[in-house]
Amino acid sequence: MLVAHLSPLAASLFSLIAIASLLLAFVMLGSRWLRHYLYAFAAESWLIAALSAAVGYYGHYPELYLIAILTALFRGCLLPYLLLRIVRRLKVARELHVIVQASSSLVIGAFAVVFALTVATHIGAGLGLAGTVVVLALTVMLSMKLIGFLMLTVRHEAISQILGLLVLENGIFLGSQILVPGMPLLLEIVILFDLLIVVACFGLLVQYLLSHVGTTSSLHLRRLVG
Amino acid sequence: MVGALLLAIVLAPSAAIVLILLARKPRLAEGLNLAASAIAFLAALPLPALSLSGRHVYWGRYVILDPFGAWVILCAAIVYLLASIYAVGYMRLLDEEDRLPRFYALFAGFGLTTLVGPMMNSAGLYWIAIELTTLVSTFLVAFERAPESIEAAWKYIIVVSGGISLALLGTVLFYWAGSFVLGPSYDMTWAVLRGAAPQMNPALLLLAFLLVLVGYGTKVGLAPMHTWLPDAHSEGPAPVSALLSGALLNTAMVGIVRYLAIIEAARPGPLPRAALIALGAFSLFVAAMFIVRQRGIKRLMAYSSVEHMGIMALGFGFGGVLGVAGALYHMLNHTLNKSLMFFGAGSMMRSYETKDIGAIRDVGQRFPVVGALWLAGAVAITGAPPFGLFASEFTILRAGLRSPHVWAAIVMALLLIVIFIGFLNHFRIMYFTPTETKAAPVHPVSAWCAVPMGLALVPLLVLGLWWPEAIWRYFGVIAHGLQAGAGAMVTGR
Repeated sequence: MLVAHLSPLAASLFSLIAIASLLLAFVMLGSRWLRHYLYAFAAESWLIAALSAAVGYYGHYPELYLIAILTALFRGCLLPYLLLRIVRRLKVARELHVIVQASSSLVIGAFAVVFALTVATHIGAGLGLAGTVVVLALTVMLSMKLIGFLMLTVRHEAISQILGLLVLENGIFLGSQILVPGMPLLLEIVILFDLLIVVACFGLLVQYLLSHVGTTSSLHLRRLVG
Repeated sequence: MVGALLLAIVLAPSAAIVLILLARKPRLAEGLNLAASAIAFLAALPLPALSLSGRHVYWGRYVILDPFGAWVILCAAIVYLLASIYAVGYMRLLDEEDRLPRFYALFAGFGLTTLVGPMMNSAGLYWIAIELTTLVSTFLVAFERAPESIEAAWKYIIVVSGGISLALLGTVLFYWAGSFVLGPSYDMTWAVLRGAAPQMNPALLLLAFLLVLVGYGTKVGLAPMHTWLPDAHSEGPAPVSALLSGALLNTAMVGIVRYLAIIEAARPGPLPRAALIALGAFSLFVAAMFIVRQRGIKRLMAYSSVEHMGIMALGFGFGGVLGVAGALYHMLNHTLNKSLMFFGAGSMMRSYETKDIGAIRDVGQRFPVVGALWLAGAVAITGAPPFGLFASEFTILRAGLRSPHVWAAIVMALLLIVIFIGFLNHFRIMYFTPTETKAAPVHPVSAWCAVPMGLALVPLLVLGLWWPEAIWRYFGVIAHGLQAGAGAMVTGR
C-alpha cells in the first residue's frame, strides 16, 4: 500500500495539500459572498489536481497525471466558469437571509472536524495506520463531507446549495487520491464527466427556477408540504 | 442468448431516443417509445428463467445477469411498458404537443437507466447508473413547468445528490477496505468484494456499509431520507410517477441488498440488518402518519410508496428464504399495483382538474370501469386478500416472527392496520360520500389510460390466488445466493 512507505517529504506534501483544502472549505463556510465561494472552490480543485499529480509522482501511478490534468481542466476551469455564468444570471451577490451566522457556522464546522478526527483515528488505529497521512486524509474526507452538508443546511441560495454538493464531491475525490490511488481509471474519468453533467443540469434548473418560480432561494420553496 | 437479450433491452430504448430526437414528431415519438418498451419487456420476460443456468458475465465483467438482477429488470420492464401505454393517453391531455418528443426521449432514457442499473457488475458503475437515473428523471418531474413541479425537481435533485454522494463515499471506503486484501488495483465487482469481505477491517466495513445504506436509502425513499419522494411523485406527470415508484426505487434497492450480502459475508454481527430493519420500520411509521391525514391524491400514493419500500426493507432485513422471497414477491406486486394506483390517480386528477381528495366525488358512478379498477387497486395496495400484496406481506410478517427482530414484525402488523383504515377511508370519501353541489363537468378517460390499469390488475389477482411453485424455487435460489456463507438461515416455506 502506498501510504505505508512514503518518504517524509511526500507525506508532508500530501498533508499540506489536504489541510489547505480543508481550510478553503472553511473559507466557503465563513463567507457570504457568492463569488468568494466560487474562487475558494476553484482553488480547492487546483489543489486536488496538484495532489493527484503528487500522488502519481511519488506512488508511480502514471495514469494519475491524466486525472490531474482532467481535474484541473474540469473542476478547476470549466465548472467554475459554468457556475460563474449561473451567478451572473442570478443577480444576487450574496446570501440575503442568514439562518446561522457565519461565525457560528465556523464553530459548528470546527466541531464537525473534531468528530471526523475521532472517527478517522478509530479507523486508523484499527488498521494499524495510526499517525500516518491516512488518518489525515480520512479526517479531511469526512469533515469536508460534514461541512458540505452544513452548507446545504444553512444556506439557501440555489448556487450555494450547488457548491455545497460540489464540496461533498471534492472531499471524496481528495480522500480517494490518497487512500485508493489505484482505483480504476475508467471510474474516475466517468465520475468527472458525471460531475459536468450534474452542473449542467443544475444550471438548467436554476434557469427554470428563475423564469417559472421567480426566486432562487429555497426559503421561498414551500408550496409542497405534508 | 442472454447476452443478446440484454443487448436488446439496452439498445431498444437507446435507438428510440435517437430516432425520437431526429424525427421530432409527437405521434411518432409515442409509437417509438411504446415499441421500445414492448421490446424491452419481451426481452426481459425470459431473463429470470435463463439467469438460473450458469454465470452470465459480459463486457469484460462489467455487466452481469444474476437471478436477483433479472427479477428487478423484469419488474422495471413491466412498469416501463405499462407506463408507456398510459403515457400515450395521458400526455395528450397536457396540451404540450411541441414538447412531447422531448418528453418521450427523456422517458425512454429514464426507462433505460432503471433497466441498466441492476445489470451493473461493478459497484462504481452501479453508482453512476443510479446517478444518471436522478439526472434524467429530474427533468421529467419538472416537465409540466408549473412552479410546484420546478420546486419538486429542485428538492429532488438536491436531496438525492446529497444522499448519493454519501453512497459514493461508502463505495470508495469499500474499495479501500478491499485494497488491503486485494492490492491497490482490482475490479470492484460484487463477487470480488464479497469474497474479500471476511478479511476486511470490520470497523471500516461497517462505516462503509452504513454510508451506503443511508446513501442508496435516500434514493429508495426510506424515512427519514424520504423527503424528496412525495414532492417528486406528486408533481411529475402520472406515467413518470409510476416509473419513479415502480422501477427507480427497486433499482436503488438492488444496491442496498447487494452491499448487505457483502457485509453479511464478513459476519459483522446484528448491526447491519438491524439498521436496515429500523429504517424500514420507521418508513412504515412515517408513511402511516402521513397517509391518515393526507389531502393530495398523488401524495397519498407517494406515501404509500414509502410504506411499501419500508416493507421491502423489512423483508430483506429479516432475511432467510422467507424474508427474501416475501420482499421479492412484494417488489413485483408493488410494481404492478402502484402503477395501477398512479394511473388511476392521474386520470382522476385530469378529469376533476384537481389534486385535492376533498374535491373528487362519486368516482364509482361517473367512471364505472376505471373507478372499479382503481378501487380494486386500492383494496389491493392496503394488503387485503385476495391480491398479491396480501401474500407477500404475510410472508414477510412470518419471516419477521421467526427472526430475532420480532418487535419489528409486530410494529409492521400494527402500522399496516392503521394504513389499511387510513388509506381506504380516503377512497370511501371519494366513492361513497354524496356530493352537495352539482359538480363541474367531468372529462372522460381514454382507453389508452384504462387498458394498462386492467393489465396491471389481472396479474395482481392471479399472483394473490396462486403463488407458482417455480417462483418459490427461484426465490429460494436468490435467497441462498445472497446468504451463502452467512450465519443462521431461516429455511422452509
